[in-house]
Amino acid sequence: MKWALVAFLAIATAVLVAFAWLQSGGMKQHTMFSAVTPEQAVQALMSQIQAHNYQQAYASLDRSSDTDLASFTRELAGSDGSLRTYSSLQTTEVSPLHADRDQALVRVRMNWSSAMGSLDDVRDFDVRRDGSVWRLVWPKPTLSTVPQQVVSVNYLNWDVIGRNPSQNWGAQEVDAPKVRITSMNAIARSGHVVILGEVENEDTVPAYLNVNATLLKTDGSPIEEEGSFDLISHVLLPKQVSPYRIDFPGVRMDTVKSVRMDARALLVPASADPVIAVSDQALSKDGLDRNVLKGELVNQSGRPVNIAQVLATYYDNSGKVIWVSDGYVDQALMPQVPVPFAVDIPDDIAGRLKSYRVIVNHYSRTSN
Amino acid sequence: MKCPARSNFAFRKGLAGLALLCVLPWCALPWAKAAELHVPAIVEAGQAFSILVEGSGQATFYLLGPDHVVKRSVSLGRDLQIQSSDVRTAGRYQLILCDLASSCTSATSEVRAAQPAHLSFFLHPSRVPVSTRDSIDATAFVFDQYFNLVLTPSAVDFRITPASGAGFSRRVSTQKGVAWMRMDSTAHEGRVQVTVVSGNVEEARVIQQIAAEACGLRMKAVANGNMVALETDPVRDCSGNALPDGTVVSFTKIDKAGKSTVDTPIKKGIARVQFSVHGRAQISVACGVVLGNEVTLNGKL
Repeated sequence: MKWALVAFLAIATAVLVAFAWLQSGGMKQHTMFSAVTPEQAVQALMSQIQAHNYQQAYASLDRSSDTDLASFTRELAGSDGSLRTYSSLQTTEVSPLHADRDQALVRVRMNWSSAMGSLDDVRDFDVRRDGSVWRLVWPKPTLSTVPQQVVSVNYLNWDVIGRNPSQNWGAQEVDAPKVRITSMNAIARSGHVVILGEVENEDTVPAYLNVNATLLKTDGSPIEEEGSFDLISHVLLPKQVSPYRIDFPGVRMDTVKSVRMDARALLVPASADPVIAVSDQALSKDGLDRNVLKGELVNQSGRPVNIAQVLATYYDNSGKVIWVSDGYVDQALMPQVPVPFAVDIPDDIAGRLKSYRVIVNHYSRTSN
Repeated sequence: MKCPARSNFAFRKGLAGLALLCVLPWCALPWAKAAELHVPAIVEAGQAFSILVEGSGQATFYLLGPDHVVKRSVSLGRDLQIQSSDVRTAGRYQLILCDLASSCTSATSEVRAAQPAHLSFFLHPSRVPVSTRDSIDATAFVFDQYFNLVLTPSAVDFRITPASGAGFSRRVSTQKGVAWMRMDSTAHEGRVQVTVVSGNVEEARVIQQIAAEACGLRMKAVANGNMVALETDPVRDCSGNALPDGTVVSFTKIDKAGKSTVDTPIKKGIARVQFSVHGRAQISVACGVVLGNEVTLNGKL
């Protein structure tokens, strides 16, 4: 009887351990780590990346990979306060493009969850057979380096001296910057209303800007009020023009009689530095056959930009704004180093757009 | 008739004071007969004055002003002194005298603002583009030394002193304590001082006239290998004023590699940028909503 109890407890423990292993995805991981197919090899690598096991992930790469552990880790974990440093790999979709006996081409769609929302990264990888397993060939990172130098930056800075609260009524004050909504277009998209257009800082001082829109019914009563949130460049230097887009999810166009626009500007300290060039912009298709606007950002100043947001405005034949889209760049913009970007263009917009304009929002840890 | 003001309720603070304000006038109804009060109809704010109180014996005097109440025991038959501190606030004052027989009499007096001593001056906006019609508003409120609005019409001078050119002045009479004027901005950028003067009092404000939209924006290109350096002429408005440094100028290049844009601020009056060029290129420049010239490069740089 005593031995029967011991045997029962031992068997029950073994069953529970096995159950826990299966529950925690052990079988799946075992299959993936065995890497007996190219897809499994990629899946295994992505699991390691997801778990931040960069050393193990690097060890599983094919020897012909043209990277070292430090570069590999920097590329995946991010550096210099970039958006990637605030991101984690959420999901991956692996689809084989081509395979023969010893070599395969695999497309991986990596979905990163970041502080600014989810980011897609679609890449094609070579996978090679190494004995009984497959290993991924990690491409050489495209990290350019710039020679050490001194960059003289003497762009204007604006400081603001606020009103002293002890001053009397009627004491001299500095007015808020004058901004103007230069265009506004209301469209129906996916069953809801979208307000988009452009706004200009007409003043000679920088402005911190918010654009709000209120949809009104036939009787003039408000339906809903929304702001442009991050689909605008909030800080506008003198004569700078920014697009804005305001989404009204859940409001149908046929319920709207009119729109009340409100651009509110505040006087803020700002710097004209850094200047970011947007070069080689072109319309193309990405790996998933989606319409994108691609290009490169070049930080022309001497200090890094940690997070950059690209805002693209699309115009039709008549010059009317028909769409505004944005995209965050997950690499930091190091001085003088081109960094690629791509923003989505909806299919119906891609067919109608005649021209486009790109501006860059930037966030730096050391900025004012 | 028994005057409730003489009865036992405290009126020094709060609700009691409010109650007094409400109740005291009843004491002075026509059927009440007491010592006569001879008060001046109009008094200047902050000016002490005396009232001749007829009769004999003791009485209680109340002064009900717009912002405070005074209670004092007085001897009838003598002049009753009203302190200057009791009549600093302009408005209608009620003076009530209640004798020991509880009969009250009252009179009213109007305290008007004294001579102008303070000016509250609003000059709007603080920045204005040059040569803009009716763009500057100047409004002055005239107060006496106790910050009562001086409602009697008085002359106010607005003296305008531009950074360059001759200054000028406009005289305006106040209406209900307010004087205002509207004027055009001049054609030259810079600081404009507007001083408002009323009697011996003056108050100055400064307005900044700024350049208007860019006008005749032009750039020139200098080739260097496969790079092209672009530089605008000094960016000015239609009156010849330079746009301030920091104003953003947008350069756009379209060539075989695609479209490139740089928003660069003006530095020392000029905006500069450098592009690499691949093949034939078309380059344009804009400042805000103003377009400049276009430059076409044939790609043989």
